Amino acid sequence: MINLEMTQKMIDVKSGMNNMATSMLRPIARHYDENEHQYPQELDMFRSIKIMSRPKKKKEGEEAKPEKAGSKKLGANLSMVIIIEEMCWGDLGLLLSLPNAGLGNAAIVAVATDEQMERFGDKWASMAITEPGSGSDSGSITAKATLEGDEWVLNGEKIFVTCAERAEVAVIWATVDRSAGKAGIKSFLVEKGRPGFKLEKLEHKLGVRASDTGTYVLDDCRIPKDNILGSAEIKSATEGFKGAMKTFDNTRPLVASMALGVTRAALDLTREKIEESGIKLDYEKNPNNVSAMEKEFYMMEANLEAMRLLTWRAAWMMDNGEANSLEASMAKAKSGRYGTLIAQKCCELLGPLGFSCENLAEKWMRDVKITDIFEGTGQIQHLIVARGVLGYSSKQLK
Amino acid sequence: MEDREFGFGMSEEQSSMKDTVAKLIKSMVTGNPAHDMDEDRKLSREIIDKVWELGATVSMVPEEYGGYGMEYSPIMNTIFLEELSAGDMALAIAATLPSTFIYTILQMGTEEQKKKYVPLYCDPTYKVCTVAVNEPRFGFDAVSLETKAVKNGGKYILNGKKCFVPMAKDSGHLLVAANADGKMELFIVEGNNPGLKIGEREKNLGMYALESYPLALENCEVSADDRVGGDKGCDFNRFLQKTRIAMSAIGTGVSRASYEYAREYAKERVQFGEPIASRQAIAFMIAEMAYEVDAMRLMTWKAASALEAGRDAKKESYLAKLYAGEMTMKITDYGVQILGGHGYIRENPVERYYRNGRGIAILEGLAMV
Repeated sequence: MINLEMTQKMIDVKSGMNNMATSMLRPIARHYDENEHQYPQELDMFRSIKIMSRPKKKKEGEEAKPEKAGSKKLGANLSMVIIIEEMCWGDLGLLLSLPNAGLGNAAIVAVATDEQMERFGDKWASMAITEPGSGSDSGSITAKATLEGDEWVLNGEKIFVTCAERAEVAVIWATVDRSAGKAGIKSFLVEKGRPGFKLEKLEHKLGVRASDTGTYVLDDCRIPKDNILGSAEIKSATEGFKGAMKTFDNTRPLVASMALGVTRAALDLTREKIEESGIKLDYEKNPNNVSAMEKEFYMMEANLEAMRLLTWRAAWMMDNGEANSLEASMAKAKSGRYGTLIAQKCCELLGPLGFSCENLAEKWMRDVKITDIFEGTGQIQHLIVARGVLGYSSKQLK
Repeated sequence: MEDREFGFGMSEEQSSMKDTVAKLIKSMVTGNPAHDMDEDRKLSREIIDKVWELGATVSMVPEEYGGYGMEYSPIMNTIFLEELSAGDMALAIAATLPSTFIYTILQMGTEEQKKKYVPLYCDPTYKVCTVAVNEPRFGFDAVSLETKAVKNGGKYILNGKKCFVPMAKDSGHLLVAANADGKMELFIVEGNNPGLKIGEREKNLGMYALESYPLALENCEVSADDRVGGDKGCDFNRFLQKTRIAMSAIGTGVSRASYEYAREYAKERVQFGEPIASRQAIAFMIAEMAYEVDAMRLMTWKAASALEAGRDAKKESYLAKLYAGEMTMKITDYGVQILGGHGYIRENPVERYYRNGRGIAILEGLAMV
């Protein structure tokens, strides 16, 4: 049954998180933007909250049960996109700095064995995929893992790692056999402090400056054989790689909801200023009979709603055990792009207020841009959507 | 009110309605009648009858007024309108025209009005009645109409001009929107009212097949009993909300038709030795069309969900129509562009979708959910 009215449960989750974002994140947002890489101590209280956790102990070969359709329970993914939107309305950089909630944690939760869960489940984990020569084409990575006796030996360089400094363990993507292509790519759990593992540098970024993005260098770094995530076997097909890519079906709606939160923050401030100036936004008049400013605002709000509904649909499908790869990319393609455009436009409409660091609008314009870049650029999302609706393989549509 | 489960999935009833209409549309599209109707500037009465026989409107009317008494569902109506419009927008508007009249009186009329007027049109046979909202002037706005209704004893005197009144000539009754001392109201006007002057059939940018007329109301007298809602009048905002949601559903359908046609064309059209769809310049346009059509539909559903929950949908319906108006133009433009020169030729439907699509942002009150 189609019903897009929020349930009381959804409203409660949203308003609870909004209170938290208002009281805890907004007040410190500017400080950590100006003090790049400084760890936000205030977030320590989140350390004990299991943001990335397994709902139930997964037995060997048993699939996690999807939420039963028809149950009134709020699905985990839908709940998560609502939470993330509110937190990013507070501050995106701080959300990315939440302890124990890195992308690496998502990977661990998704594929780790029970024994690995035991060892790494409570640790803050970063995810290291990108290399200087390998961005969107993550199948072309060159970091190498060689099995020597009971140990893997890792060599290579990883860049743009979120939580690079603060994470206690890194999930490193490396190839065990370059000739096997994507099938040879595996991920490995590397604890910080192992000899040969080095945090080379931290990046200075356009936005999300609270988040510590950095470079890892692996120089004959040895880790136990058991630290491989998933199977070591090189399958003829590319199932392992595809499996890793599937994590993104899960996380892309989350990135889309980050864009939602930041964009809404910018729109809320713009609305406040428009209304302070005496204009009433009444959603009534022919949009061509109102000022250009009002029409722009209405259109941006409509786009925000479109972003949100595409995002919630992708999350809802995941909760219902439906394949959502296409819809997840649709959500991110739309949200990353329009979030960026809306934040730019809000600064324009705010005039000098939108250029001044007295307000957060300029920061939101810088922050939201990342959502059209990380976890697959907008262009990659369009490629995925196009292949999906055309029924094309990656060879047919490059 | 009890919380309904949140969700994007169609119920069995909803998807079976969608399939039924899709099948009917498909069977009618064989031989390209949408093209022929447009060229002939005439809708096929047979096709209209077939759509009406599906009973989408009649089924939701209580039995006492001649319907089947099924639950009234704005969401179901958006599904119905999208499917019809994916076939032909002119057909969608003509075939559902009596719904706007029926629903308005049913939901806002007095008991007498319901008894008197609803059964006339709530019939297994399609009988035409229409709605006059749009006015031929720069800066037209449905919330501040220039057609005036002035009370004079037991009567209202209507004066003003209307345009784009579908099938006005054959209509037994018209719902005329007018400004009654600053408050927008709806009046039930008989087709043969002497104060009602129906002009020459209009020529418009789109929907060539849909007969539409300008109206002049010249001291048109209407009994005060025929003001929708009687003494307390009607909830014109709610009327607008329901028609705006309908227009976004129609925009979704037209856009979807253009998207699907362009997508299939791009897979077949070979240039430089490969299908043009295998080039990113085209593929990215197709991707954008795909998610924007979905976004339009979801916004339509969201606004309809608010109505279905008995809530005011002012903001949602406004944003849905604004979005659909902008996006339908963008998507149908892409549709023509992907076909290139072939898209400019009337043999291909994308030029028709492009012309029709312009109406979504402009026109008000042509359909209702």
